[in-house]
Amino acid sequence: MSNTQNLLRQTGRWKRWEIPLWLLALVLPLVLPEHALIINEIAIVALFALSLDLILGFTGIVSLGHAAFFGMGAYSAALFAKLVMPDPLVGLAVGIASATVLGALCSATILRGTDLTRLMVTLGVALILGELANKMDWLTGGADGLQGVMMGPLLGQFEFDLYGRVAAWYSLAVLLVMFVLTRRLVNSPFGATLKAVRDNRLRAMAIGIAVNSRLVLVYTVAAALAGAAGALLAQTTGFASLDLFEFHRSADVMLILVVGGVGWLYGGITGAIVFKLMQDAISSITPQYWTFWIGLFLVVLVLVGRERLFRPWTWLGKRKTGGAA
Amino acid sequence: MLTILFDGIAYGMLLFILAVGLAVTMGLMNFINLAHGAFAMVGGYITVLLMQQFDVPFLLCLPLAFLGSALLGAVLERTLYRPLYHKPHLDQVLFSIGLTFMAVASADYFIGSGQQIVQLPEWLKGRTELGDGAWMLGMGHYRLFIIAVCAALTVALQYVLTKTRFGSRLRASVDDQRVAAGMGINVNVVFLTTFAVGSGLAGLGGALGAEVLGLDPSFPLKFMIYFLIVVAVGGTSSITGPLLAALLLGVADVAGKYYIPKLGGFIVYSLMIAILIWRPQGLFVRKGGK
Repeated sequence: MSNTQNLLRQTGRWKRWEIPLWLLALVLPLVLPEHALIINEIAIVALFALSLDLILGFTGIVSLGHAAFFGMGAYSAALFAKLVMPDPLVGLAVGIASATVLGALCSATILRGTDLTRLMVTLGVALILGELANKMDWLTGGADGLQGVMMGPLLGQFEFDLYGRVAAWYSLAVLLVMFVLTRRLVNSPFGATLKAVRDNRLRAMAIGIAVNSRLVLVYTVAAALAGAAGALLAQTTGFASLDLFEFHRSADVMLILVVGGVGWLYGGITGAIVFKLMQDAISSITPQYWTFWIGLFLVVLVLVGRERLFRPWTWLGKRKTGGAA
Repeated sequence: MLTILFDGIAYGMLLFILAVGLAVTMGLMNFINLAHGAFAMVGGYITVLLMQQFDVPFLLCLPLAFLGSALLGAVLERTLYRPLYHKPHLDQVLFSIGLTFMAVASADYFIGSGQQIVQLPEWLKGRTELGDGAWMLGMGHYRLFIIAVCAALTVALQYVLTKTRFGSRLRASVDDQRVAAGMGINVNVVFLTTFAVGSGLAGLGGALGAEVLGLDPSFPLKFMIYFLIVVAVGGTSSITGPLLAALLLGVADVAGKYYIPKLGGFIVYSLMIAILIWRPQGLFVRKGGK
């Protein structure tokens, strides 16, 4: 076995603390049944952030339109449940499939241009879909949203209950499966080439990595994950609305990822926990103006620097340069 | 049909005034400032408040809106923006999104979430019609006024950027900060002034546009996309690029909403994506530019 393979295998190995952590997460809905709803939400948002991490953290593509895939997954899963059949797992597959197709179609847009161009094009895709969902009101319910989505029991056994415990388990399980797959992906030789593209695209090209096809592929995979997150949201809330495509969705998920840590698989999950708990706490104090505090938090975060904000002890002593970005 | 063309041009001109400041900060200073719309909103609210509370005439409000948002821009540049010039684009995006969120929530808190109405003076309210039938041209006086202001601004800006000493200093600072500083140009002051003027222009645009676009706390988010489209499509190296892009988008948007109202904003966004895939750097790129 060569050195490189060894290295990849080392970084890809499960650490000792990870397994109990996941077990704990899966037990949580049982221990804290009254918080099952928020656990469900956190799992969904974490999956969404994981998807963005694939393209932002591991490939270095800025995207302001990730909500496009989220909304696509949500709407297709909801419509499928309403019009064809209510089985959740089949619906999830449909949501993922449609987001994957959309991702593959859109992946051509991220290949050229500067950061600004990419921001604009990705944002534009989300806006177009939002506009479509608004105008095709015979299908999507327009501005009122798609209501009356009834889900069948999970695996034919477990009914979605009012407390959201089944929903929480469902989302957590999907998150876990997706997480394992993503982890496998980024620790593979393919993942290593992605990082090479992120760090220096020109050099990656020079050593024979087919940059464009890698970007297309990873963008499509990320779209699939976002679609899964959207499908989960639509299925567990029984509702899909235009708000799914809105700009603030994409901005929030970016924020979540940056708070948790970009280019680190647990970053999205950590960020999702911090963000959702913070949102819950602040919006119970000032429901209308919570965006102000989130904005303030962002500004401070960028000005102080993420590293220094979360490790206050580094304020004393010398400032170290570098660190995990 | 001519009327639609005319309205489209007026709308495009308005977009241009709103976006040109962004073209300067984003194109010349290479800072992705998503908070640009917040400055426009400030200008709009200055106008509305001055007119409602203190009965200041509309024409006097416009320069005040410019000055107010320019001042705010200068203060923010000095305190918050300057440390971020050399940060990655992601940081700039996050920072300016944060600023926008704060602006939206503050406007909501202090002024209220309702839509504000601008009372135009009598002489701007009328409408002139020429010709008849399919070729009838109806010109709202206010739209004529916008076109006139915008044309004057464009000429002035173009003159300042290409012909004056400040313009050459700015271009020098942008192309190579270190060399420019070595030549004795105070880069900080140049950037401060530029940023302030850019914000001021946004404020002026917001003041002029309050009547046409509507003014409420969600303004920065709602129109951010349009400014960005104008800048991204037009390219960021000149004044003429964004101007032509704004006109193109204005006409496309108005015509699209008139002829195919079902599609709404769809046309503009698709147009943008098509153009950006075709020419990722924007329609007009300076040769050898960044």
